[in-house]
Amino acid sequence: MQAMTTISMYLIPFLIAFILLYGTYKRVPTYESFVEGGKEGISIAVSIIPFLIGMLVAITVFRASGALGFFTGLLAIPLSYLGVPSDIIPLALIRPISGTAALGMMSDLTATFGPDSYIGRLAATLQGSTDTTFYVLTVYFGAVGIKKMGDALKVGLLADLVGIIASIVVVTWLFA
Amino acid sequence: MVNIIWVVMLVMGLLFALVNGTMNEVNAAIFSSANEAVTLCIGLISVLVFWLGLMRIAQDAGLLDKLGLLFRPIISKLFPEVPANHPAMGYILSNMMANMFGLGNAATPLGIKAMEQLKELNGNKPVVSRSMITFLAINTSSITLIPTTVIAIRMKYGADNPTDIVGPTILATLISGIAAIFIDRYFYFRRVRKGME
Repeated sequence: MQAMTTISMYLIPFLIAFILLYGTYKRVPTYESFVEGGKEGISIAVSIIPFLIGMLVAITVFRASGALGFFTGLLAIPLSYLGVPSDIIPLALIRPISGTAALGMMSDLTATFGPDSYIGRLAATLQGSTDTTFYVLTVYFGAVGIKKMGDALKVGLLADLVGIIASIVVVTWLFA
Repeated sequence: MVNIIWVVMLVMGLLFALVNGTMNEVNAAIFSSANEAVTLCIGLISVLVFWLGLMRIAQDAGLLDKLGLLFRPIISKLFPEVPANHPAMGYILSNMMANMFGLGNAATPLGIKAMEQLKELNGNKPVVSRSMITFLAINTSSITLIPTTVIAIRMKYGADNPTDIVGPTILATLISGIAAIFIDRYFYFRRVRKGME
């Protein structure tokens, strides 16, 4: 596993060097191509702003008002019968909505229960195996101007749910 | 659906604020989060410009096509709508790889480029296509091999072995990745049955 971490650290520099050298070998005007491609980045970033403001405001209002806490409380009792620890519920609920909030909660759970505790490991696994569906949806569809999302949200959220359940089952099986 | 969820989150939040007396916090949250969204987008510019610039070189040099060619059998099964040598293939693949190695920053620009290509394939309509949903499903179930940020946090809090969650994470992510593809297909065939596709 140490090897994996090392690989991921050297991967980016290696990739950059490889693309640059390969481009030079293929006689691509590297610098001009870079600038041309990079220009697109600016317009994409600017075009996402309204989408992200809309989503982030809704999410923060939902959280700051105590609505999220209320629903967490509602879920805690039935889920505890299934053996789901109540401490993990807020993280599971916020994970598809906000990446930074989830990272904050995961950090907090790790600090409170210890990184080698059942909850600490569960929080880490859950964080790693699910994604911020709302963010991905907002940014990707926002950037290219998709207005009708069809089944995309349902599919994304269901995939997250499977990720949450899988994390709980796997961590319980391996560490509890 | 997004419209409804968006309104429900906002209105319910405002109602809860009224009942809980958290109106002050909510007022502050509205403006701080709007601010945060802009900061996030501006912060994204550096990453987007750098990676899209680099990827343009890779594209001009024919690297993306090569990558697409290499994984064509798998990808064409997942995305039957995408023609074999379409540039979307290369972007989808490089986005998936960036996600696998936990390079979230590099993954976003590539994902956006992939979406752009998929939209073009769909006649530039502002409507989601089958391939877009599949791409999103794979993306949100995030097949991760090395959860870099998580490992860093575990290190910070002094875990005995910060990387011992890598195994469980791969297992969980694999299960959810496979499930995502099945869920995607289920909804696709449901649309076909309803005559929507």
